[in-house]
Amino acid sequence: MALPASVPEEPIKTHTALTEPPVIDLHGLSVSFGNRPILKNLRGDLRGKAIGLLGPNGAGKTTLIHTLLGFHAPSSGTAQIFGMDIIDQTKQIRSLIGYMPERDSFIAKMSAVHFVRLMAELSGLPSEAALERAHEALFYVGLGEARYRRLETYSLGMKQLAKLAQAIVHGPRLIFLDEPTNGLDPPARLRMIKLIREIRDSGHAHIVLSSHLLLDVEECCDEILILKDGQIAVYCNLEEERKSNRKFLMIETRGDQEKFVKAIQQLGCEYAISGDHRLKIVLQEGVEVRDLYRLAEEQQVQLRRLSYKRDSLEDIFLKAMENGYGGL
Amino acid sequence: MAVYEQTYKPYKGTLTPEGSRFLIIPRHTLRGVFNSKLFTAFYVICFLPPLVEAVLIYLHHNVTALAIMNVNARQLIPIDAYFFQTFVQIQGWLAFFVALLVGPPLVSRDLRNNALPLYLCRPFSRTEYVIGKMSVLLILLSWITWVPQLLMFLFQSYLEGFAWFRSNLLMVSAIVISGIVWILLLALLSQTVSALLKWRIVASGAMLGFVFIPSVFAGIVNLIFQTRWANIISLFALMNNVTAGLFGTFDRITGRIQISDFDDNVVREILLLEPPLWACWIVLFLFCAVCLAILHWKVKAYEVVR
Repeated sequence: MALPASVPEEPIKTHTALTEPPVIDLHGLSVSFGNRPILKNLRGDLRGKAIGLLGPNGAGKTTLIHTLLGFHAPSSGTAQIFGMDIIDQTKQIRSLIGYMPERDSFIAKMSAVHFVRLMAELSGLPSEAALERAHEALFYVGLGEARYRRLETYSLGMKQLAKLAQAIVHGPRLIFLDEPTNGLDPPARLRMIKLIREIRDSGHAHIVLSSHLLLDVEECCDEILILKDGQIAVYCNLEEERKSNRKFLMIETRGDQEKFVKAIQQLGCEYAISGDHRLKIVLQEGVEVRDLYRLAEEQQVQLRRLSYKRDSLEDIFLKAMENGYGGL
Repeated sequence: MAVYEQTYKPYKGTLTPEGSRFLIIPRHTLRGVFNSKLFTAFYVICFLPPLVEAVLIYLHHNVTALAIMNVNARQLIPIDAYFFQTFVQIQGWLAFFVALLVGPPLVSRDLRNNALPLYLCRPFSRTEYVIGKMSVLLILLSWITWVPQLLMFLFQSYLEGFAWFRSNLLMVSAIVISGIVWILLLALLSQTVSALLKWRIVASGAMLGFVFIPSVFAGIVNLIFQTRWANIISLFALMNNVTAGLFGTFDRITGRIQISDFDDNVVREILLLEPPLWACWIVLFLFCAVCLAILHWKVKAYEVVR
């Protein structure tokens, strides 16, 4: 007897509507290994299409993914994925999830197509459908020509792609990618990023991308969750954060910079001197660029270069690391 | 996600029932196992004893064949409980070597290549994983242990008649239970060793050592202390006792030592007593429990460093 697949046919929206259960809902989730707390009272609901999981080494990124997958039991609190509890409904959750582990993981003495097929079958696909989708997944990730080769003979980049293929072969609704670009050379990295963005843009799956590389997250994700010492330092929508963030102006001046700086201070703007004749200014509410031109004229200072700059992910990340917990 | 479309699409088809998914593992593993010609050849050899058994049973009932060979039926081995017990034990030895070849890499290979998270991130539990891996051996070993013996029993019943079948019906349970207990022990032992040691050769060596070293040690202790109680640590001896118990041929006294004086008068007689059956069963049960505990401890997606 075959069971109906529980995968929805409709593509998911950019963000899950507030009436729908969030992709991941954290209810005071804490995880300890022995007496060592790893995750501390994580709270929040993540609704993004692609969520970047950031944090320094040992922040708890991988532990969070493993806990959501049911590999570690929470010491207190719980979490829900698509409204299903990670403690009570582990199997149902796992049938909706694809996971690409960080470490080199494969089944030895198997060709890639055999490996991906086995993984698809374990996810519940009938044998023939599993074989068909294994071929498709391997073609999709770019391993079509090498799919009959044994996994042991694959390069690191190919192994990463094979891991991605096994994570998506059963068409999951949520894909956890743990450091997917680890150890990849630049072309392989670009290929991986392109695939992740394609999956995201297909609208059929949410992605949680854990990475040390801010650029990877910046290129793929619309939301970020920054962990620090097992706590949430920042959770924000990347685009909205950038928009709402104060605009920076990078200015290069010639002339008496001190007077100009004092005048800027009087306007109520924050500034930072970032090198010889270079200023980084944060425009306050009500202050326009023309005000700066006026000040420059008054102080007899030349403005040689002026460019807008928004907070990069790096800025957000570094601020989170400096500021502590609870957001920017 | 068709090959020509090259886009990501969810799977919309039907799913297989959860209860039978553990059988996916033996199906894929057995294909790899029989890729080895050497193993296949050995596995075929394992069917020779049942073939000999079939010939012996046939000869017993074919007067013409006996006349041609000029053999009296009484000279042949009698077809009774001892007959089947002997062949069960021969097949048990062969099963041990099959388990030695197939068992050790089953889990160790997955541990070495960090494959466990790939299994366990799916709707597939640790229990299903262990049962799936054990099924590889349970299936392979069943075909060379209790299944052919059961067929031989039916063959003998067919030739001897219904009365023989009815009077020896207990032998069916003896064949099946002793076969299943032995292959379960072998499967558990090989999985446990495989889960503890990541390298196949080391795991095979450890399995061999785990079975033979206690047996040799038990033999030495038995010899020195003039006893048979040391057999309690020998897996082979325990299994022989349990099998004999199931066939109804178990006798605790397996030897006598007579101490005589200078005039050849027996001054003392020592009976060499095997451990009682209940003790054998308890030790086997404990052995299984320890193996399961180790498997529970080792078969995890990730080792937690505390």
